[in-house]
Amino acid sequence: MIRMRELHKSFTVRVKAGRFRREKRTVAAVDGVSLTIGRGEMVGYIGPNGAGKSTTLKMLTGVLTPSSGEVSVCGLTPVPQRTRLALRIGVVFGQRSQLWWDLPLRESFALLRHIYRVPAGDHAARLRRCRELLDLDEFLDTPVRQLSLGQRMRGELTAALLHGPEVLFLDEPTIGLDVVSKQAVRSFLAELGATGDVTLVLTTHDLADIERLCERLVVIDHGRVVHDGSIEALHTRYGSRRSLVADLEKPLPDGFELPGASLTAVTANGHRVTFTLDSATAGAAVAGLVAAVPVRDLSLVEPDIEDVVARLYAER
Amino acid sequence: MDHRDASVPTISRTGPFRASVTTFGALIGSGFRRYATYRQATIAGTFTNIVFGFLRCYVLLAVAAEAVGNRPAGYDVEQLATYVWVGQGLLSVIGIWGWTELADRIRTGDIAADLLRPVGPVAAYLAADLGRALYGMLTRFGPPLLAGALFFPLHTPARWQTVPLFALSVLLAVIICFGCRYAVNATAYWLQDARGPITLWTLGSGVLGGLYFPLRLLPEEVAVVLWVATPLPSLLQTPLDVIAERDGPALQTGLVGLQAGWAVVILAVAVLVQRRAERRLVVQGG
Repeated sequence: MIRMRELHKSFTVRVKAGRFRREKRTVAAVDGVSLTIGRGEMVGYIGPNGAGKSTTLKMLTGVLTPSSGEVSVCGLTPVPQRTRLALRIGVVFGQRSQLWWDLPLRESFALLRHIYRVPAGDHAARLRRCRELLDLDEFLDTPVRQLSLGQRMRGELTAALLHGPEVLFLDEPTIGLDVVSKQAVRSFLAELGATGDVTLVLTTHDLADIERLCERLVVIDHGRVVHDGSIEALHTRYGSRRSLVADLEKPLPDGFELPGASLTAVTANGHRVTFTLDSATAGAAVAGLVAAVPVRDLSLVEPDIEDVVARLYAER
Repeated sequence: MDHRDASVPTISRTGPFRASVTTFGALIGSGFRRYATYRQATIAGTFTNIVFGFLRCYVLLAVAAEAVGNRPAGYDVEQLATYVWVGQGLLSVIGIWGWTELADRIRTGDIAADLLRPVGPVAAYLAADLGRALYGMLTRFGPPLLAGALFFPLHTPARWQTVPLFALSVLLAVIICFGCRYAVNATAYWLQDARGPITLWTLGSGVLGGLYFPLRLLPEEVAVVLWVATPLPSLLQTPLDVIAERDGPALQTGLVGLQAGWAVVILAVAVLVQRRAERRLVVQGG
């Protein structure tokens, strides 16, 4: 569905190099990305700020011309065939609006039907579904400029889907949303993805989006792909480990060690300890700890994707 | 899915042309609706047009009183009053001033959303602008004309073809003005901020378009050069000369023909500028 080969995009920036002189410098935003995304896949595309995520998305949607490399979406070349491609993809840029500021959502949607030339029946069916799943009814007649961010975002999602796109590009669709709105957007996307008809590419800084929605995770940094695989593969590769958190009756004796685990945190005056399980099984670690000191409470914490990604970003 | 690449689902079974017309019509409707939202602005704008109408009318009539035979630049008093009041009515129909939407969207990067539509940006903006002009024609054209008719003697067209010719001329003026504004706004693709070119445009179009004074007051050679070499007199001067019947039927029609030529040229320029811009486009702000 989406194919990129050795995709590059560089921008020229002018840097002050003296009172009147300016030097041109070339900055590579995307530096040789090669990816293939199949039909119905849901891919999380993440990376630190300035990694090249949005630039890649803009090249995939035909808004930006690649400096070099090949790219094809739905079998079309995005920039020269942009208007034709537009009929087959849906795009949501979390920081921008594609709705008409002065018009109520209902009219924006009606206008989109004509712009995308959607048969009235299909349009009505899709809109009905979005209204149900995203609770649009209460603000369907409010001008877009008066909508809250969460409401507008739900409107944007609907707008991107009314023409039944084959590929959906979402650039930070949950940015700035509260927990409830985020949940609404996520479960909506999950339901959409479950049908298997729509290919979804999602960039985000909220990794919960990815954990909830995407099986495949592509991490990009400095314009290059640094990881491409499942979330589990990322954990394995970066040695993410589970940890054991215990509330103790009294602090640990000095020099206490658990075989196969390392003490990573001691808080609450020594009454709460955290061990990272390196090679020890959870059972062995619990047994070892209980044997040494009376334990009040225990919990086993799964590795956090945020930590892994933070480590990944920090490596650069 | 790849085998479906060549075809695109359309709304109409009767062919893509009809579908294009429907889309264009819907976009015109959207432009109309967007401007119809701001009713107080409509009222305030109309009031301002009328006040300035009095100002301009008295100045021009004072000029006429001093001129040889009361006919400055070949206009009689009624034609001059018509020139002023129809001009005041047309101001917001043609919309010379205040359109920075495209430049703003380029500056903020929102232009990306326009490029993601299956309709070319020039066509989409043109349709919306025609909707805006239609709204202007229905709400802002009448009141200044009425005010003028109440307080001054206006010229009543003597030839039957004047009114349809005027309607055509106004439509062409709207298109030319749109194309110019589009090209001026599009400089933001290169400059990031188009305020300089927009200011220049506001000044130039007012003076050389025939708003501040009828261009016929200039030496004839200068007026001819302006008319032929720039699209500016086609913005206001031509429709106003048509409705005031300043010239004979042949020249009257000829001026509208010239307008039609300029409309084609200017739209082509807008499309060309847009294409060039897309090749070097930088979407601002992430």
